[in-house]
Amino acid sequence: MKSHVWRPLYVVIGIVALILLFREFYIPGNFGSGEYGFMYSYHNKDNEEVWKNQPLKYRDTGKQKMHEYCGECHGDEVETRSGDLHGIIACENCHGPALEHPDDPEKLVIDRSRELCLRCHTLLPYTTSERKRIPGIDPNEHNVGEDCVDCHNPHNPRLEDM
Amino acid sequence: MKRRDFMKNTIVAIAGASVPLSALEFIDPREVLAANPEIHWAFLINTYSCVGCGFCVKACKTENDIPFEANASRTWVERYVYTKDDRRYIDSPKSAQYGFTDARIDLGEHLGYQDVDPNNVGKAFFVPKLCNHCATPSCTQVCPVGATYKTDSGPVLVDRSWCIGCGYCIMACPFGARFFHPVLKVVDKCTFCYHRITKGVETACVNACPFGARKMCNIKDINDPVTQIILNERVGVLKDEFGTKPQAFYIGLASEVR
Repeated sequence: MKSHVWRPLYVVIGIVALILLFREFYIPGNFGSGEYGFMYSYHNKDNEEVWKNQPLKYRDTGKQKMHEYCGECHGDEVETRSGDLHGIIACENCHGPALEHPDDPEKLVIDRSRELCLRCHTLLPYTTSERKRIPGIDPNEHNVGEDCVDCHNPHNPRLEDM
Repeated sequence: MKRRDFMKNTIVAIAGASVPLSALEFIDPREVLAANPEIHWAFLINTYSCVGCGFCVKACKTENDIPFEANASRTWVERYVYTKDDRRYIDSPKSAQYGFTDARIDLGEHLGYQDVDPNNVGKAFFVPKLCNHCATPSCTQVCPVGATYKTDSGPVLVDRSWCIGCGYCIMACPFGARFFHPVLKVVDKCTFCYHRITKGVETACVNACPFGARKMCNIKDINDPVTQIILNERVGVLKDEFGTKPQAFYIGLASEVR
């Protein structure tokens, strides 16, 4: 074949070689694929450690363990609620993340807002949903502007104990 | 070719072709699972239990530093309302990070709110959603730089230092589970709380759910009670037809939930 065919081909081969050379130096050596192969998991292996080392904020797993931990200091409060209606709600849902508490933060910021209670206790007319079992109010009519905790005890929400 | 040779070759070809088929049929998934006792994380969502409180979204955003002002979230809850005159409404105001505190349907910024007569509500339910951590994820397949990947234990992660922010994976995800992190300016998504599950602690959303609507399990451990539910009960996945093999299983799906 004549050289005018080969010459551009050499140029292309040269460009490809340059790109591969650049790639060789630019990509860190710890790139590789895992069990799922090149198609799904070609990545920097060090990054898995980066994600593993993200700081935790919320505490332990399970409400039971949570009640045990919180009960060490706040025994009475935990006892009031853990067996009854609101016992299914993890303490941290209202009291905030408490991984290092009582060291950091020393005092938890409690969400006492009306909006927090309304997450579950807004009246929604959904008879086919689990929501039907939760007593609800119309937020536009029931003591507008006041905080729920002014009248209701969130640890013991039974109306007969109010 | 003689008739005898033709018959011979035909029999050999049929026998050869049928071997792989019969070999596949004898595999019992439980035996395979028992033989590989490693970890593969999966998620189970019971839509019957969800009441739409949004504590999972709140916990997720707090744990993973996703701004509450951003209209994007790693996990979200959708509300489905079917009226008796056969209208269907779906909404997820602010990813349900403050729950559903309005009986009206949020149609979006420009359309406002839709009133639904309480007597007209036929059925209604809530569906929590998150990244499905597919077994063959289309999002990691399209990444041009190798910044997003599937780990050996299942979760699909994004390398924040390597992501160039092209958004190809956001387009490739059939479930809309990916978004741009408004502060870091890279793609972000649910990690199954990789920093928690690798330490033996449950994810922030599972931990926060008061009703047990969200559960996590090692799907390779057949003694895990949640794995037992996935194996023995009627569970479904979202958008099975995309072939990405989602690893988030749902109890109580409807055809409108996609």
